[in-house]
Amino acid sequence: MTNLEKYNTAFMETFDITEEQLNSDLVYQSVEAWDSVGHMQLIAALEDAFDIMFDTDDIVDFSSYDKGKEFMTKYEVEL
Amino acid sequence: MINYETLFVMPPFGLRQSDKDDLYKQAVMELSRHHYEHCEAYKKLSKVLGLGRPLPVRLFKKYELLSIDKEKIVKTMTSSGTTGQAVSKIYLDRENSARQTKVLAKIVSDFTGKARMPMLIIDSTAVLKNRDMFSARGAGILGFSILGRDITYALDEKMNLNLQAIEDFCQKHTGEKILVFGFTFMIWEHFYLALKKRGISFSLNGVMIHGGGWKKLRDLSVDNETFKNEIRSAAGIDQVLNYYGMVEQTGSIFMECEYGHLHASIFSDISIRNPLDFSELPSGKGLIQCTSLLPTSYPGHVLLTEDEGELLGVDDCPCGRLGKYFKVHGRVKGAEIRGCSDTYERR
Repeated sequence: MTNLEKYNTAFMETFDITEEQLNSDLVYQSVEAWDSVGHMQLIAALEDAFDIMFDTDDIVDFSSYDKGKEFMTKYEVEL
Repeated sequence: MINYETLFVMPPFGLRQSDKDDLYKQAVMELSRHHYEHCEAYKKLSKVLGLGRPLPVRLFKKYELLSIDKEKIVKTMTSSGTTGQAVSKIYLDRENSARQTKVLAKIVSDFTGKARMPMLIIDSTAVLKNRDMFSARGAGILGFSILGRDITYALDEKMNLNLQAIEDFCQKHTGEKILVFGFTFMIWEHFYLALKKRGISFSLNGVMIHGGGWKKLRDLSVDNETFKNEIRSAAGIDQVLNYYGMVEQTGSIFMECEYGHLHASIFSDISIRNPLDFSELPSGKGLIQCTSLLPTSYPGHVLLTEDEGELLGVDDCPCGRLGKYFKVHGRVKGAEIRGCSDTYERR
């Protein structure tokens, strides 16, 4: 699996959404499952998938599918 | 409006009180004007009380106080209350909600360090069931969760010890420093007493953070000192830190340092008020007034609590944190029962 596929899978499995929903409209609280509980589940899924650990500030600022991609670079994950 | 980004990069306990007073004088008026313009009820109250004067916390039970359009609400938090008691409703938009989480993380990591530790929560996942309507208890758990990783709940759905989960967690993180979080009374009743009853003890290496009110434990004659000692003996945790906070000012909590003093960070402040005329008391016991720079979606930036407290000092705590430090004595007589820990009723 490529890194992008892993990144996408974390979103799809955590929020139970389809690949078509992975776009710039996917932001915090735009789908029902991405609430504050879901947010921590997403963080955990990404940390497991890439074996990284986010800083607390980045967890708070991880506000969209696109924004998250930027953060992955910070943790040396090339998507 | 307040430049929160500037505050976020400052050390959370790095402002001398004189500088903080200057900042707050201006910030509180700015916030007050913002709420005056955006909340009709606050405008009316301000005309009677004076702009920037504290609102009694009880008002959030009686009135819907919000300074944003209803469509902007992303989260409604409710205070914990005993059965049949009215609850406060606090309306948050996205910015206010994110700001709370960020500030909580800033304040707490000043005590725990930046690295996210494996985290054991002394509560049940059942608390998070209704995700739309968060109780203060659920919000507290979630807010603190951001500081941890491999979040593990120590209690099952019925609030019984989940020994298997705790043991697996300990095994997995042998030698690592862990973070334990919970509400004071739940930790006592469902963790400490439950361990004691079964004759089990743990030697956890880490820090425990707990809050939510002392009333129930005071009724059992358990004070902070006893709590710390008993937790140390039953769970092996040396660093047990209490915090003081309320749902109306979520995020900007007051943390207890290693000297047992509660500290106000740059995000909030306290003053002690004479209960008779509400004038500020330089020493002695009085009502605690809390000011927080965080509330923008609801007018909760200056609140008069029903808690009795005492200022212990300013800028000179041996722990090195600047600003005011204080002690909470408990609820004033006739106040209603509130707090995550104190309103807990066994079902």
